[in-house]
Amino acid sequence: MPPANTPVTDPDELRRRTQALLAEHDPAVTEPLDFLRARYDAGLAWVHFPHGHGGLDAPRALQAVVDAELAAAGAPGNDPGRNGIGLGMAAPTILRYGTEEQKERFLRPLWTGEEVWCQLFSEPGAGSDLAALATRAVREGDSWVVDGQKVWTSSAHNARWAILIARTDPDVPKHRGITYFVCDMTDPGVEVRPLRQITGEAEFNEVFLTGVRVPDAHRLGGAGEGWKVAQTTLNNERVAIGGQRMPRESGMIGKAAATWRERPELRTHGLHQRLLSGWVGAEVARLTGERLRQQLTAGHPGPEGAGMKLAFARLAQELSGLEVELLGEEGLSYDDWTLRRPETVDFTGREAGYRYLRAKGNSIEGGTSEVLRNIIAERVLGLPAEPRTDKDLPWKELAR
Amino acid sequence: MTDLLYSEIEEELRASVRALLADRCPPENTLARCETGEPYDRALWQTLARDLGAASLAVPEEAGGAGASVREAAVVLEELGRAAAPTPYLGSAVLATTALLALVEDADGGDGGAEAAKLLASIAAGERTAALVVPLSAMPGTGAFPPAVRADSAGTLTGTVTSVADAAAADVLIVPAEGRDGPGLYAVEATAAALAVVPRTSLDLTRPVADVAFTGTAARRLAGAEQAPAALERALLTGAGLLASEQLGIAEWCLTATVAYLKDRRQFGRQLGSFQALKHRLADLWLEVVGARAAARYAADALATADPDAPVAVAVAASHCGELAVRAAEECVQLHGGIGMTWEHPAHLYLKRAKADQIALGTPDRHRAALAALVDLPVPVG
Repeated sequence: MPPANTPVTDPDELRRRTQALLAEHDPAVTEPLDFLRARYDAGLAWVHFPHGHGGLDAPRALQAVVDAELAAAGAPGNDPGRNGIGLGMAAPTILRYGTEEQKERFLRPLWTGEEVWCQLFSEPGAGSDLAALATRAVREGDSWVVDGQKVWTSSAHNARWAILIARTDPDVPKHRGITYFVCDMTDPGVEVRPLRQITGEAEFNEVFLTGVRVPDAHRLGGAGEGWKVAQTTLNNERVAIGGQRMPRESGMIGKAAATWRERPELRTHGLHQRLLSGWVGAEVARLTGERLRQQLTAGHPGPEGAGMKLAFARLAQELSGLEVELLGEEGLSYDDWTLRRPETVDFTGREAGYRYLRAKGNSIEGGTSEVLRNIIAERVLGLPAEPRTDKDLPWKELAR
Repeated sequence: MTDLLYSEIEEELRASVRALLADRCPPENTLARCETGEPYDRALWQTLARDLGAASLAVPEEAGGAGASVREAAVVLEELGRAAAPTPYLGSAVLATTALLALVEDADGGDGGAEAAKLLASIAAGERTAALVVPLSAMPGTGAFPPAVRADSAGTLTGTVTSVADAAAADVLIVPAEGRDGPGLYAVEATAAALAVVPRTSLDLTRPVADVAFTGTAARRLAGAEQAPAALERALLTGAGLLASEQLGIAEWCLTATVAYLKDRRQFGRQLGSFQALKHRLADLWLEVVGARAAARYAADALATADPDAPVAVAVAASHCGELAVRAAEECVQLHGGIGMTWEHPAHLYLKRAKADQIALGTPDRHRAALAALVDLPVPVG
């Protein structure tokens, strides 16, 4: 038996520990939440996390070994789609910048899904230029008092906690006066209003923060270092997109191709050309993702990931638009404009009209395609940044 | 599982070929050569084929080759594309070699098979250079054996094939011809009487095409109706799939050269590359290059492993990479501004190669049309 806290790198050892978990907590007779907590405590939640925080310091790739054993045994999952922000963005940030107390308090209920998280980053006046944000946090004793407005907050209506960035020093340039907090969404100063989208539903919210008190113990990283901390969050957002292996014709191309096959009477030559181009584009994107995955597995991650979201958004928009046009008269109808509050989002769900409208968001959410092109041009191709007039000015002197 | 990466051996091969081309094939040499009567760099070709063994990669050891695969040949093509190198690699080491290899692997024990094996070994060793006598625009998967050349019972050939790639550099021609008992593949010496190889004024200065006229030309029959159509199809499919790697190399050169120029060139008191309108165009181009690498690797791997998905892989790669190389070369010319329009700057060598490659072995449009049947997206009726 190796000493405690040694990284577990042997797949057989992971299998053994997974079987031990299953033996002690038979999923057939254990409450799902109890099973998930036991799984976390056994270090089998996210094996690349540290001992004591749901992991075993194992290589990330070995998670698949655990997942396969658990799936074969019919063990319950933690429904990651309900807590994407928590799992994909808050957790890695807490792990990197959180104190031991913060990790202890937040990570376990986050992973089990008991506590859903949301992200209070974007503002009406700070979208692509996130660092210009205006929500203020003012120190008062052991707390910070937060006032401002956030927007595009998915899951805010279900969330127990939020990751929040706010301006704590308006006298320094914008990137330097920001601090990163964990905000309690049950605070009486937090008001969540649904933000209805062009699809009719409201996945997102506006969040109004009025005199919200955040204890200083809920600060992540140093005061004024919030921009650096937020980079961890945002980089993880991009890692989370497009990580897994996809079969051919997954996603929007599958929908359009199925309609083409099932409805010969709708076919036209012009749409045939566009469909074939889209099919090639989708297959090239799939192969690009597969190649990226192979590079990661081989331990040589490339910069290609930066482009995957860009390609995905363009294809989703082209192909969903094509399908509505192909449907002809049926494309004139929409399934339902009722304001719904979906807990998870399925880009390929519902009907063609919904998919067309929802796909418009793919090139905006999580970094617009324009910002992603800047990132590729500057960080991958090494082209110079646009001259910026606001970089060294104190935030309070910026034109707004 | 399909391997879309480059192995260490492939990276070493790439480094050798790149170093050779950097040393022996700078654009100014190619430009100086392309208007002479000797557009091919024969000395470079000898070094590449004979000393580096690049012509033998896809040929098994027992047939006199290096026993690698078309994956390695694809890496060579990437580098040849990146240099717009004037060598007959596609015609000899890909098209003719694949056709002969198909005959050798499917040998019926006759004289033709032995002749094909001998030819294959000498081409793989870099002792001889061959060309497959089909129009460069010939498309795989169309099923029809080209009837342009007829063979009579004495085995002499009559007919003309236009726009044959690398024919002028070849000392032996592999000729599909229709005989009395059906299609066959024939070998013709470039020195044969009653043979005319007439170079065309070619769009592509670095891979010129020629018309090949047979007027009762003596030929040796390599294979008959049982083997010839399949061998020809395999050559065209392999050629179209590997050409995608050359197109990737062209696009990579164009992207790299354009990025370097936009960092260097200043207008309006700043580097041109700092303008967002240009950065976005290059980011989009980069993304398509990334996709091309995945598609070209997949096609090469599918061909190397005789994957039943190879026809789909080739159609996808040919469609994407064929469009991409042209777009990259067009962007390269445009973003270089006036200098990009000059004969002196090498951008036009890549534009001409890219545009000719777009037509070679099936246009992107034809490859997409082929996909309609391959992946069940039927063409509209009426």
